[in-house]
Amino acid sequence: MTRRRSPWLLIVTALVYVFLYAPIIVLIVFSFNASRTNVVFEGVVNQGDCGAFYWFCQLGRNRELVAAARNTFSVAAASTLASTAIGTMAALALQRYKFPGKAYSEVSLYIPIVIPEIVMGVGLLVLYSALFGFINNTFGLTGDNRLSLGLGTVILSHIAFSVPFVALVVRARLQGFDKAVEEAAMDLYANEWTTFWRVTLPIIFPGVMSGALLAFTLSLDDFIITFFTTGPGGTTLPIYVYGLLRRVTTPELNALATVWIVIVFVVLMLSQLAGRRSEAH
Amino acid sequence: MAIEQPALRVDAPPRTRWQGILLALPVTLLMTVLLVVPLLIIGVNSFAQRGPDNAIIYNFSLNNYLRLLGIAEPGTWDTLYIGILIRSLWLAFQSTVLVILVGYPLAYFIARAPRRQRNFWLFLVLVPLWTNFVIRVYAWIMILRNQGVLNSLLGWFAGLFGLPFTPLDLYPSDLAVLICMVYEFLPFMILPMFTSLEKIDDSLYEAAADLGANAWHTFWRVTFPLSLPGIVAGTILVFIPVMGTFIVSDILGGRQVILVGNLIQRQFLDARDPVFGSAATIVLMVLTLAVTLYYTRKFGFAEEAFGR
Amino acid sequence: MPEFAVELRNVSKRFPGPSGEIVTAVNDVTMQIRDGEFFSMLGPSGCGKTTSLRMIAGFELPTAGEIYIHDRPMGHTPPYKRPVNTVFQNYALFPHMTIGQNVGFGLEMQGVDPKEIKRRSSEALEMVRLAGYEKRMARQLSGGQQQRVALARALVNHPEVLLLDEPLGALDLKLRKEMQLELKRLQREVGITFVFVTHDQEEALTMSDRVAVMSAGNVLQMGAASEIYEKPNCRFVADFIGETNFLDGVVKAQTGRDVDLELAGGLPCRATADEGSQVVPGQKVTVTMRPEKLGIRPWQGADNIYDGRVEEVVYIGTDTHYTVVLAGDQRLRVREQNDDPYSRPLAGIGDAVKVYCDEVSARVLTE
Repeated sequence: MTRRRSPWLLIVTALVYVFLYAPIIVLIVFSFNASRTNVVFEGVVNQGDCGAFYWFCQLGRNRELVAAARNTFSVAAASTLASTAIGTMAALALQRYKFPGKAYSEVSLYIPIVIPEIVMGVGLLVLYSALFGFINNTFGLTGDNRLSLGLGTVILSHIAFSVPFVALVVRARLQGFDKAVEEAAMDLYANEWTTFWRVTLPIIFPGVMSGALLAFTLSLDDFIITFFTTGPGGTTLPIYVYGLLRRVTTPELNALATVWIVIVFVVLMLSQLAGRRSEAH
Repeated sequence: MAIEQPALRVDAPPRTRWQGILLALPVTLLMTVLLVVPLLIIGVNSFAQRGPDNAIIYNFSLNNYLRLLGIAEPGTWDTLYIGILIRSLWLAFQSTVLVILVGYPLAYFIARAPRRQRNFWLFLVLVPLWTNFVIRVYAWIMILRNQGVLNSLLGWFAGLFGLPFTPLDLYPSDLAVLICMVYEFLPFMILPMFTSLEKIDDSLYEAAADLGANAWHTFWRVTFPLSLPGIVAGTILVFIPVMGTFIVSDILGGRQVILVGNLIQRQFLDARDPVFGSAATIVLMVLTLAVTLYYTRKFGFAEEAFGR
Repeated sequence: MPEFAVELRNVSKRFPGPSGEIVTAVNDVTMQIRDGEFFSMLGPSGCGKTTSLRMIAGFELPTAGEIYIHDRPMGHTPPYKRPVNTVFQNYALFPHMTIGQNVGFGLEMQGVDPKEIKRRSSEALEMVRLAGYEKRMARQLSGGQQQRVALARALVNHPEVLLLDEPLGALDLKLRKEMQLELKRLQREVGITFVFVTHDQEEALTMSDRVAVMSAGNVLQMGAASEIYEKPNCRFVADFIGETNFLDGVVKAQTGRDVDLELAGGLPCRATADEGSQVVPGQKVTVTMRPEKLGIRPWQGADNIYDGRVEEVVYIGTDTHYTVVLAGDQRLRVREQNDDPYSRPLAGIGDAVKVYCDEVSARVLTE
């Protein structure tokens, strides 16, 4: 179908795409900067064993960074698992059942989406402080036994803000769900439990996966809530990067950014291709 | 669908109600403990007094709110905090408007691109989003500072034409914060706008043309109104985070740009005045909710733009 | 040996409507469906036919009354324990399973041996002329093919009763007509009781042994297709099934089953009353005449002849419909077959014609 595409539209669109990618390009280019202060590009670096990839190799040697990366992924994995399970159950409950207190469940579920993250971060901080203070004092915990902010509180907080999004995504999937298929299953001698496992779940599975992916992304990238609820041992990559920014910025930071971008790009490409292949069958 | 599907099952067996309760239990517990209770605590604390050593004295006092309004001391009006609030609102407003203006052409382009290409163009929009937020802010430092990429490019350009050039003093500044905001939230607006625009059937454009509408009329009378749900959804996705931001202003705005987010952050982490911080938090939350509610009531619910 | 495959005794279904009021979808319905027959429930949207079907299947429970399948009361039995299977309006095929898995699902649920499942599934698909489609997915099939899969999926379980909820609604006309005959043939071959729900009266008449005409939750008339068509017992049925002319008249006299009336405009009419039906002089009644029983070609010995003017002519291919205006501004639609080899029209708009009608074709409706 021929469409007249206004040249203005194409120009503006191209400009916006340039705007979107300019910072990314800058980040990648400067990760090869020879200058340690990384203000002006002074040619491609060529140092040590890795030559132009000097700063990338430095990343590997950075123990703090590696620890932060590991934390980031373990937090993301843990919170994704938990929030996907809880969120899917919540979506099913809200979409298909009536029960006392449903309005409260629904409202409390969606509040995190409509308030700024900082409100939630601060709230969690206040909660943990109060709770830990109370428990520590009541049980007289000292030293290493004291409950304090750390990886655990970060995971818990991530679950808290991920669940509403998972529930939202799964619920959107459920809304378009044709209940006739479940009735057909029951008509064909499957009871409620079997119908759920053999028919309902497989059909909403892509929605659940989308929700899980969303939860994973939100967790990987989260800064604000992590910032307020983290402590020793709970440093994630975004927190680490922020810390670096306040100190010294070498092209190492750019190298980290580049690695991150490349990984993201590859993962997204793969998931796109996988999606396309499952459709073709 | 069968034509006569009854609306409700009045004789649904009661055990399904229990299934519903059980399924909803984890999330209800989770949200109550991690969201509702903290908000209540903050609410209560906002009416408390600050004691020595950052303890909280639970005497009812409106002092925190009065300080925010600037009328805590009789006879003087300290507009400091109101100024901060207004600056935050103004930034959120500017960001939202700019994001709509900049993002709309792109959303329109993708929506009207051939079906097979759409995923690709969308993919391109999403990739920057998947890289880390803080890193992207850092990229803007690299671009906007005195010897940064932008000034270097402009200087080189000016050199080509032999024009004198003084570097733009963009970092740190209000403008830098705004530019970065627009950058960060562009994809959040493009996606819902795209969803709405995509739903507009091609035949509507053909019908408009058939009835004598030129491009301008078609846009304002057909395209734009139908894309409104997407714009509403996108506005919410942009406005709320911008209202609460503090990193961008911290990094790109220097010490001068203080937003509500910075204020709250400092009260809880630096100045250690949790009661005042609580009041500021409550005000931020109420303000954001009020604007969101007003907006969705006025322009219709954005739920349709969310569902995909 | 149970006499009836399905029986509804005083079944009602009420539920709360959108504004809180109580909606009665099915109102005290009693129906018997015989073993091995093709039974249809016919009526406009909202008449309660689908709700009744769903109650037989077990997806809804009656608010009052009882449903029996081969003399066994169903009570609160869930659908997966009932010996019936349903063909859904939009087929409801499982999108994440192959056709083979779809068809075999019911057997799998009943714990049938996998080899046996395979054998019977292939058989079922062959029966609906989709042999070899086992490995395909539902989305790869056309509407008509999906419908046949739905049929196979239900029939493979050898249910005692097969329920069909407007299964042909989504098909285009030609395909629908083909499927109607196909279903009829299948039913005779398999011998199972079919309970069929539709709003298309032509469909119901084509396929069914017996039809129940429903409206607003009530069964108005139940009987063989010819009976429903030739002898509608009320205005609604007469109007809903096929085309009918309605004339208002006042009774002058009745002798046996012959009734003399005066129609509006002073026209006399000789009509027939149903057996056992009594009318009194002066009673206001309605006379029904089927358009195909009237004629504008003269025939000898017609009991009623009316003068009129042709108002409209509609050519349908096999027939032509003439709308004729009589005295008293009454209109009669007359259907004449186009059996003239030279296809000459019988009359044009504005022509003066006479309408011929037999006494037997003019039926008196007291309701």
